[in-house]
Amino acid sequence: MTGAPLAAAVAAPVNLNGPGHYVGWGIFHFSVANVVMVAVIVLALIAALLLPFPKGRDRG
Amino acid sequence: MTEQLVRTRPTGGWTGSLRRGMERNLPPAKLLPDEQPSYVASWIYVFGVLTLTALLVVVGSGIVLSVRGPDWWHTSAVGHYFNSVHLWSVELLMVFMSVHLIGKFFMAAWRGRRALTWITGAVSFIACATTALTGYLIQQNFDAQWISTQAKDGLNAIGVGAYFNVMDFGQMMLWHVALFPIVVALVVLLHILLVRRRGVVPPIARAGAAGDRS
Amino acid sequence: MSRWPREAAEPDPSSFGSRPYDLVKEFVVALVGVTVLTLLLAAVFSSPDEKSMSVASWAKADPGDFTATALAELDGSSDTAGYGPPYNTAADGQKIGPFALAKTVGVTHAIDTAQAFVLTPLEQATQSPDVRAALGTYMSASDDQRGAWTDAYSTALDKAGDDPAKVTPGGYGPVPVLLSQLLAQAKSGSLDATLSAESGFYHSDYTLPLMFLADGSDLAAAGEQQHLAGDQWGMTNEVDNYPGQVWLIPDSFFYQVSPFDHSPNGDALVWAVMAVLTAVFLLVPFIPGLRRIPRLIPVYRLVWREHYKTHP
Repeated sequence: MTGAPLAAAVAAPVNLNGPGHYVGWGIFHFSVANVVMVAVIVLALIAALLLPFPKGRDRG
Repeated sequence: MTEQLVRTRPTGGWTGSLRRGMERNLPPAKLLPDEQPSYVASWIYVFGVLTLTALLVVVGSGIVLSVRGPDWWHTSAVGHYFNSVHLWSVELLMVFMSVHLIGKFFMAAWRGRRALTWITGAVSFIACATTALTGYLIQQNFDAQWISTQAKDGLNAIGVGAYFNVMDFGQMMLWHVALFPIVVALVVLLHILLVRRRGVVPPIARAGAAGDRS
Repeated sequence: MSRWPREAAEPDPSSFGSRPYDLVKEFVVALVGVTVLTLLLAAVFSSPDEKSMSVASWAKADPGDFTATALAELDGSSDTAGYGPPYNTAADGQKIGPFALAKTVGVTHAIDTAQAFVLTPLEQATQSPDVRAALGTYMSASDDQRGAWTDAYSTALDKAGDDPAKVTPGGYGPVPVLLSQLLAQAKSGSLDATLSAESGFYHSDYTLPLMFLADGSDLAAAGEQQHLAGDQWGMTNEVDNYPGQVWLIPDSFFYQVSPFDHSPNGDALVWAVMAVLTAVFLLVPFIPGLRRIPRLIPVYRLVWREHYKTHP
């Protein structure tokens, strides 16, 4: 399977193909996709630090 | 008299010393404890195991891609899907590892003779990034062409390119699926064994509190 | 352990009291969760597979750039011809201060651009009598004569906007015939095969075709269009809207700032800086000041807030 049938079969619900999007401040120039990945890291870190951890029974 | 000497002298040669070392440093209760110190109570601790499991998904999807060989994923929808799994597991691996790394930094997790644990973790990060680069080089598409012709300049600049040729598909394939994974596996294994040997780093003693030695 | 007195003095974890914690269950739950999450991400977002560029597609799309590049390989003015180690001795390669690592290691992958990219592919194919004659004339000419032909043709091609069809007649010797035949071989796809096969029947080394493609303008243009060039933070980017090697942001950063962005030794200098930063990263536990940061920015109070409630 090559060409059009393959393209149809691997088509994803969210299509990330096509011209990329970029943001920049001064010398900084990032793809939006990379900014999202960094944001995921930051949000995961904040969530891990702030969300309450289920309490277990203390021993000793 | 002779019996007494035999009993007190270490036995078993190198094998015996290795076994005693393992028993002393990593007894089963340390290797697989069913409890943790009471201060292990934060979601930040979960990112170590998340990193490890994402690495296993990377390896698993990589094995599937290897079974059918490098051309498969360009011509098969199933192959392309496994390539996608490989890509996204790597992105998750690096996200989880970054959170784990930042968390451990702010816990000063190298305290209490845990410096080697930190160092093996840092080496794992670099080894994973390097392995990922070789993965990008063996995609047999525009990405691979671009990244190899760009990366060669950096590597040639310090003489490494003379032996590690990023434009040699065969060489990069072997580094990516054989040599670097061995390095990653060994360093990660050592990292985990060190974590188990020393236990989870205790809380930083607060300024002025008893036990504060900063 | 007198070397690290303070480090060794941390209390034993077991002295804090403990709670049940099922590591194996945690591992299995995490493995299932991460596997499901990855399978979903792969299904929802897929992955990029931008078709590779071939010498054939390049020659068909931009015959002028192909011809100009082939001429540069023939007269020794291409990037590869002037690269230096590990491909040739035309330059010394980059340096870190007095250290010329590339030059020290030397030429390990010799490329004679005229021979590898132009003459060998022409010699290996079955040629018409006029091409055979042109090849014979070129091979038996002196270096000065060859230089005169290629210089003249280079100027004329430049004037014609890199379009060989618009080049006015002149003293180019056999050069136009050779390049026109090479273009025909490239368009037919046989040059891709010839360049790869110069190392033998079995081959896995794409150095020659990749260097040839990279000497042209079209690969660079395609990369820049996708924001993949070094000065576009391209090291971190992926084609289209996919995330790339985000973890290379520190490496990529230095390529954007002076002196790395314009120094002829830019790559080597970035490596030098990254080597120092990597050493710092590995040795954080031993670096005074750096290892105190966690105490100064008390994120740890959040991590262990439950503990500090009972151990003020």
